[in-house]
Amino acid sequence: MSDQHEHRTPVSLSDLSENDPHLQPAAKNPKTVELVIAITFVVGTLLLAGFGACYWINAEPWTLGATMGGGLFFLGVGLVAWGKYLMPRGPFVEERHVLANSEADRDAFAAAIVERGGGVMKRRKILGGLLGGGLGIFSVVAMFPLLRSLGPLPKGTLFHTDWRQGSFAVDQTGRRVSAGDLAVGSIMTIFPEGSQDSDRGQAVDQTILIRVSNQNFTTMKGRESWTPMGYVAYSKLCTHLGCPVGLYEQQLQLLVCPCHQSMFNVNNGAVPQFGPAPRPLPQLPLYIDADGFIRSQGDYNQPVGPGFWERA
Amino acid sequence: MSDVIAARTKRSTREALGPYGKIGKTLGELDDRLGVAKGGRTFMDKIFPDHWSFMLGEIALYSFVILMVTGIFLTLYFVPSSAIVTYHGSYLPLDGQKVTQAFSSTVDLSFAVRGGLLMRQMHHWACDIFVGALIVHMARIFFTGAFRKPRELNWTIGISMLILAIANGFLGYSLPDDLVSGTGIRIAYSIMESIPFVGTYLAFFVFGGNFPGTMVIPRFFILHVLIVPLILLGLVGAHLFLLVRQKHTQFPGQGRTEKNVVGSPMFPVFMAKTTGFLFIVGGITALLGAFAQINPIWQFGPYDASRISYAVQPDWYMGWLDGVLRIFPSWTFHSFGHTIPFEVFIPAVVFPGIIFNLAIMWPMIERKFTGDNEIHHLLDRPSNRPKRTAVGVAVLVLLSMLHIASATDVIANFFHVSLNTTLIGMRVLCIISPFIAYPITYKICKEMQGVHGAGKRKTPNVVTRTAEGEYFATESPAYSEDMHDGLAATPIPTFIEPKPEEPFESGVRTVDR
Repeated sequence: MSDQHEHRTPVSLSDLSENDPHLQPAAKNPKTVELVIAITFVVGTLLLAGFGACYWINAEPWTLGATMGGGLFFLGVGLVAWGKYLMPRGPFVEERHVLANSEADRDAFAAAIVERGGGVMKRRKILGGLLGGGLGIFSVVAMFPLLRSLGPLPKGTLFHTDWRQGSFAVDQTGRRVSAGDLAVGSIMTIFPEGSQDSDRGQAVDQTILIRVSNQNFTTMKGRESWTPMGYVAYSKLCTHLGCPVGLYEQQLQLLVCPCHQSMFNVNNGAVPQFGPAPRPLPQLPLYIDADGFIRSQGDYNQPVGPGFWERA
Repeated sequence: MSDVIAARTKRSTREALGPYGKIGKTLGELDDRLGVAKGGRTFMDKIFPDHWSFMLGEIALYSFVILMVTGIFLTLYFVPSSAIVTYHGSYLPLDGQKVTQAFSSTVDLSFAVRGGLLMRQMHHWACDIFVGALIVHMARIFFTGAFRKPRELNWTIGISMLILAIANGFLGYSLPDDLVSGTGIRIAYSIMESIPFVGTYLAFFVFGGNFPGTMVIPRFFILHVLIVPLILLGLVGAHLFLLVRQKHTQFPGQGRTEKNVVGSPMFPVFMAKTTGFLFIVGGITALLGAFAQINPIWQFGPYDASRISYAVQPDWYMGWLDGVLRIFPSWTFHSFGHTIPFEVFIPAVVFPGIIFNLAIMWPMIERKFTGDNEIHHLLDRPSNRPKRTAVGVAVLVLLSMLHIASATDVIANFFHVSLNTTLIGMRVLCIISPFIAYPITYKICKEMQGVHGAGKRKTPNVVTRTAEGEYFATESPAYSEDMHDGLAATPIPTFIEPKPEEPFESGVRTVDR
């Protein structure tokens, strides 16, 4: 019983005789293990050859992965088993050496830096200062090409959109939206005409247009004229992180952002009712012109999207 | 006659080559020029501990290898450009759509390039496995105290690699420019904007202007395929160099001391096992790539800033960040003509900053509390360090809760509870769960310390019968891998939990396990 523990004292690799039990394989019957490993190697090799064949005949993608993965897996299992059961079982031991050097060596190292360095700097403080100044200037001027050229400055671009007084509202294909287009209780995404194809237009100007059933609908005091015929428009950019507020819960009159579940009350000036969004969605003032087209009275009265430092 | 000459020449050649033949000769030539013999022998004899948990780092290393190999394949076909093209490829449902080149080339390399889909899916799976292995490996290092002196630097390198791996995962995930990843980039832009003073400038410099612009895909590409991998590769080299220089830690056990390492030698045992393991990791990744679909961007469609899909989830390792963004309240600062979006800045910038800094500083923090400045090569059993273990578990519980919180909408849908209830419930859970996890873990550790024979396997009793028919029962020896009572106990610094009734000498108290 104790036989299997007897030779488990770790020995060093350097002083081993050829017949040392530590060099024996760990397996009790190596012949059987050899056979099993041979089988895994054969299966693995066949599968890898199969990978070649599958690639050659342009078979389904999953066959490529199955043959390559299976082949590698079997070869790997065989190799691990070979190392674990048929190679010297050990255990072997290796001495650790203290990494730290003697006190004298440390002192010599420190002396080289402190004394020689001190000798160099002695009465040359001004030279050192000048060199330091030069490097300092370099690190500052290097910032210009490395950093400053990366992009334009934000300036005012975050404060306004492309909605102007009289901008026609168009859908993504550029078709003008007229008062009869939207069924009561439905929504669509609109852009100011001309910017529906531009990156910036899609990212910044996107506005959600909702038609509520109440013809005399108004969102809040002072915005009575912004919602003709029950048409109400809010910026589609969530004030939390700028995701498009794409879900409309008609019964509760809520706009929901799918990213982090902020909810905005359509009836009440899109005040956030729930979730992490801190501000209402800005509302776009609309009017309907003589031809029945929906147009904007002007830009949003505040920056759209998430908050940033310069935003008042 | 000629046979004899041939045989003679062969033998004389062999004699001329020396006892180790051609290999020996080649190594001799190499040693003449580089002087590698001594170091080479030491390296062949390097001992690797046999404990299974040392394999976790290998999983990380090998998934990194797979990432590089499959990644090189992908760069041969991917076009990092935001230029708009009309798609006319092999995926018919998208035919005629206006998409970016990044998107169209990703769809093409998945469908039109032979083996392309497999390589793409393997790349994505290898990334998920890579980050997972890094975290589990890190947990092993943390709970067993392997980060203590002299290995603090290697711990720091490890955390840096984890941060870079998460960052590079996000960059790579963003490259195909599909609807889901585009939303992720939009969120990243808003997070940059949220930083006080410099936020908008930072976002404009990274994106080359307003969101989305056309610079972001090429820039993310070069970061993803060159700059971050290069740094990672350097750190992997440094990590392994330090490991060889400082040698492995090991669990206590028979014949294992602070002054040695017990296990299998580099050559041939470890080399066979680890190469086999590389194949196994590669094989499993390939099987996942074959049978488990991941990130089917053609189903999401191309990015369009005004569209969004429901139940959008990032890759798993971003889940905790998304979760904390979801559950953080809508606090914001508006005053003096400025805005600080606390609702974004705190969860997305400050919180991960605290977590990662805490991780990097941990060896220092622990030293401050224990006063333990000794060199340690033997590992701790987690239950012998109840406070450290409890802190680790509390942080992991918090991060797991935040991870769950990133699916509030899915949970609400699945269990038919309102979103409000789910959100408030998750807020409560995230706040209280670490405070529940800490004392429970602490108590379990304390209990385990008191359990006799914990960490040991039962050994059989051997019953022998004498010729007279008398029976004797003797205990068989304990398993050599187990920890022994007879072993010299690990010195534990008294500062952890000093017992007032025990006066100690020289700052070290030994305890029996």
